[in-house]
This record gives sequence, C-alpha cells and structure tokens, in this order.
Amino acid sequence: MIQAIAFYLFAGLVIASAALTITARNPVHAVLWLILAFFNAAGLMVLVGAEFIAMLLVIVYVGAVAVLFLFVVMMLNIDFAELRAGFAKYAAIGAVFAVGLAAEIMVAFGAWSAGKIELARRAAPTPDTLPNIEALGMLLYTRYLFVFEGAGLVLLVAMIGAIVLTHRERKGARAQNVSRQNARRPQDATRNTQPTVGKGIEL
Amino acid sequence: MTSFFTYRFGWDYGWAWFAATLMDILLVALPLMLSVAMIIYADRKIWASMALRRGPNVVGPFGLLQSFADGLKVFLQETIIPSASNKVLFLLAPIITFTVALIVWAVVPFDARAAIADINVGLLYVLAASSLGVYGIILAGWSSNSKYPFYSAIRAAAQMVSYEVAIGFVLISIVLWTGSFNLTNIVQAQKGMGFGLINGFFINPLLFPMAVVFFISSLAETQRAPFDLTEAESELVAGYQTEYSSMSFALYWLGEYANVILMCTLNATLFWGGYLPPLDIPILYMVPGIIWLFLKMLVFFFLFSWVKATVPRYRYDQLMRLGWKIFLPLSLFWVFLVSGVLMLTRVGTECAPQDRVYSKQYLYDDGRQRYPTDGVCQTASANQTEKRS
Repeated sequence: MIQAIAFYLFAGLVIASAALTITARNPVHAVLWLILAFFNAAGLMVLVGAEFIAMLLVIVYVGAVAVLFLFVVMMLNIDFAELRAGFAKYAAIGAVFAVGLAAEIMVAFGAWSAGKIELARRAAPTPDTLPNIEALGMLLYTRYLFVFEGAGLVLLVAMIGAIVLTHRERKGARAQNVSRQNARRPQDATRNTQPTVGKGIEL
Repeated sequence: MTSFFTYRFGWDYGWAWFAATLMDILLVALPLMLSVAMIIYADRKIWASMALRRGPNVVGPFGLLQSFADGLKVFLQETIIPSASNKVLFLLAPIITFTVALIVWAVVPFDARAAIADINVGLLYVLAASSLGVYGIILAGWSSNSKYPFYSAIRAAAQMVSYEVAIGFVLISIVLWTGSFNLTNIVQAQKGMGFGLINGFFINPLLFPMAVVFFISSLAETQRAPFDLTEAESELVAGYQTEYSSMSFALYWLGEYANVILMCTLNATLFWGGYLPPLDIPILYMVPGIIWLFLKMLVFFFLFSWVKATVPRYRYDQLMRLGWKIFLPLSLFWVFLVSGVLMLTRVGTECAPQDRVYSKQYLYDDGRQRYPTDGVCQTASANQTEKRS
C-alpha cells in the first residue's frame, strides 16, 4: 500500500515536472523543474531497490550538473520574442526528432519484452545476498572492465579537450606566486628609520 | 518501534513502519532544533570570550535564553518580500536550506544501529544531501533580484562544488579502508584502530591527513569563517541573505547552524570514532554511545568557533587555490596511496586461479559461473604465515 502510494507520488511528479520543464517560459524555472524530475527519478530508483544508482543520480546530476546548468542559465539574458519566432521555423524538424525518439523507446521496450532475459531478473537484477553497490562493482571491474575503463578514458579526453579549448594565456596578468608571498618576512619589507625633523627619509 | 505499532495496535506493517519512522524523525528533529538554539548561544559565548567580551548575558540565567528571545523577536517581525523578486522561489529558498540541513540526520548513527535509516549507501546519501545545500543559496541569490545576493550566489555555487570534490575523495579513502558505505560499519571499523586501544581513524598515520583535509573542507562546505565569502559583510552586505527578513531569515540561520552541527558530527563519526568511547576499554562502554558522540561533536564545535574567532577571512582566489590546487591533488593522491597500501596488506598479489578460494560464487544469465574478486590466495597466505612464524 505505502509502496504504491510512494510509487504513484514519485512517478506522477516525474511526469509532471518533466512536462513543466519543457513548457516553462522562464529558463531558470525550467532547470528547477528538471531538478525536481531528477530528484523524483532518484526516488523511483530507491523504490526498485537500486539505491546506488539513485544516490549517484542525486550526487552527479542534481548536485553538480544541474548546479552548473543553473549557474549558466541564471546569467543568460534571453529574448523571449525571438525564441517564440524560432518555434514555428523549427517545429517540423522537432516533430521528426520527437517521432524518432518515441519509435526508439517503443523498439527498446519491444526488445526488452521479447528478449531471453527472465522476468524475475527484471525485478531483482542483483543477487539477493549482496548490496547492489557490491554487485555493480563486481560486474564493472570484472566483466565490463575494459568498457568501463574505455568510458573513463573518453571522459578524460573530453576533460582535457575542454581545458585545451577554453584555456588562454593572458599576457600582462599579474599572477601571484604564493610561496614567494609566504616566504616574505617583515624585515624584507620594512625598514626602521629615525628621520630628524624637516629631513624626511631616502627611499 | 515498528513492532510496537504492529503488535500493540495490530496495524499493517507498512503503516506501522510509516508511523514509527515519523516518530523517529520527530525524536531527532525536535532535540536538534533545541540544540541549534543552544549552539548559537555557545557560539556567541565562545566568540565573545575570545574577544574579551561577555557575550549574551541578559535574557535568562547566564543569557541562556538569548536564542529563544531572538527567535521570538524574528517571529514577530514582518516578512518583507522585495517587489522585484521572484516571490515563489524567494520564499522557497530558505525552506530548501533548512530542509536539506535536516535530512542528512536520517543516516547519522547515534549509537550502534541507532540511526533513523541504517542504509548501506549512508555515506553516498550524506554526499547527495550535502550537495543539495547549494540550491538554497543559489535560489536566494537569483530570486532576490539584487546585485549583492547574486554575487554571493555565484560565489557559493563555485565554493561548494569545489570543496565537495575534495570531500568526495576523502570519503573514498575511508570507504576503501572500511569496505562499506554504511556509517555504522564505518564507526565499527574504527574500534581499536590504534594499538588495539584507541578508537578512531585519526590515529592511523595514513588517514590522519585526510581527517585534517575533511575538517577544513567542512568549514568551507558550511561557509563558516574563514571561508564565509558568501556573506562577507565587508564586501556583500549580508550576501545571499541581504533581502531576507523575519522567519525566512531565521530559517537560514537555523539551517546554517544545523549544518554546522551536522559537519561536527560527521567529523566525529568518520574520523574520531563516532559513538565509540575514545579508548577501547570495556568500562567506558558503560556510558551510552550518544554521550560520547555529543562530547566529540562539542569538541569539534569548539574548534569551529575557535577558527571563526581567530582566523581572518580568505580572499576568493586563495579559497579556490586551496580547494583545487592543494586539497584536490592531495586527496586524489591519498586515494591512490590508501588503495595501494590496502592492495599490499589485505588483497595481496595475483596468484594462480587454481589456488584461489572464494567466499561466494554467482551464476550469471549466460549460465557460466563467475567469481567475485575477493578470492583469497590459499598457497600465498600459507606462505605468509610461514614467514611470520
């Protein structure tokens, strides 16, 4: 009973907030609805017993990716009239994509239902005796080791690429040398003098 | 407590669990609110005595009721909402901060197996919930529609994301050592860590530097001095709280201190033995674990206050340098170091497949048998015991 209530709560909120993500006028509101959708999706993951994926969803998407999204979107200055003018122009292309994606989802579901995978596995894909972090780790670091490391490599290349593309040497910037600052002592910087009246000091 | 409801009232398990959990939550949240009020008083007193002042001493005996008087004052004030602000988000932001500060307490173990939710992804839950804290500040900054809160929000976003990276790596080295994400297991693993006598990871020379990194990062994560750049009063008026008044301001206040208490508790739990007594002596276990946890928490809170009273605020570039150029490489290197040491001491080196002995085995969907990687090398371990004797 309580599981059913929780499921319909999370599922309903995911769908509602996903719909509001694409219909919200204000881009900041759209990102916030997206965050709510992520959050409720994590709730659904907990319900099916995939708590590791749920936590990762919250940490990675809500905690890091969406923060940066929000960060960028907050500083955008969007002309809504221009956006709406673009809508009619791209509606046809958008519709094609939408149909394509819907078809893909159907094909995926069809393959999932027709496949050889037993029904019981769909509900409990991990061994009962094992927390699913361990089960996932066991698979990732044995059976899918090379795929996993390949994915890591792709991410590393993407990260280095982003740094190389956006990094620029700034000429004339006065960079601070922290170790030199820390090594500086009062006696290097100050001098005790006893100037007589009307004389001043020589620098 | 679930069984109490099922047997006493004959409720369905689901509803009994629901009612029991609700009671557990109240049992933690209400004393927490009270302790937030007292910890604000303690903070002001410690700060005052370090500045050679008296601190609050008028309301109640020794000024003990000062926080309640402040709370009442704030409660009776008018809530001012700036006309140019985004009203819903403006009111939602302090609620988010306050709620997020409370939800992490669900997994904190107050004694052996005495947590509201003793889940096996406890540490990940802590990370997830603490990464949400930034939303309250970002939303406040943006929805206020005012320059200083917005600067503050940008600073907060960058600061919290930066220090979470370091915290994540510190936690990974603990998880590697413990072999579990469960906070109770992490505390239990600290039992008799030093010479079979001292409880706590801090005594381990390999993990002590991580304890220091975690303490400093937790200062940055809660935006306490010297990392309180989001509310740097000399630059940003009051930062993200500038436009807030009355209860919405008080919620930030409560949330901030609830977060501080939480970070003190996490410091105590992760590195200093949590609810275990400091020494692994049977007579010390007579004292309930929650007392030890509170004592350790108060020690850490004193350190937080001490730092606040004595250390000047960092400049923003210094803050970023510390997070990205010092803590990140250091903690990343430490993950390698800890996993390397664990490989040598616990897992051992590669041995021939026929010598391996496994604790469990699994059947995969293609029908083949696979083994987990925890295979113990039988001949190798036999060799090791020979060498030792």
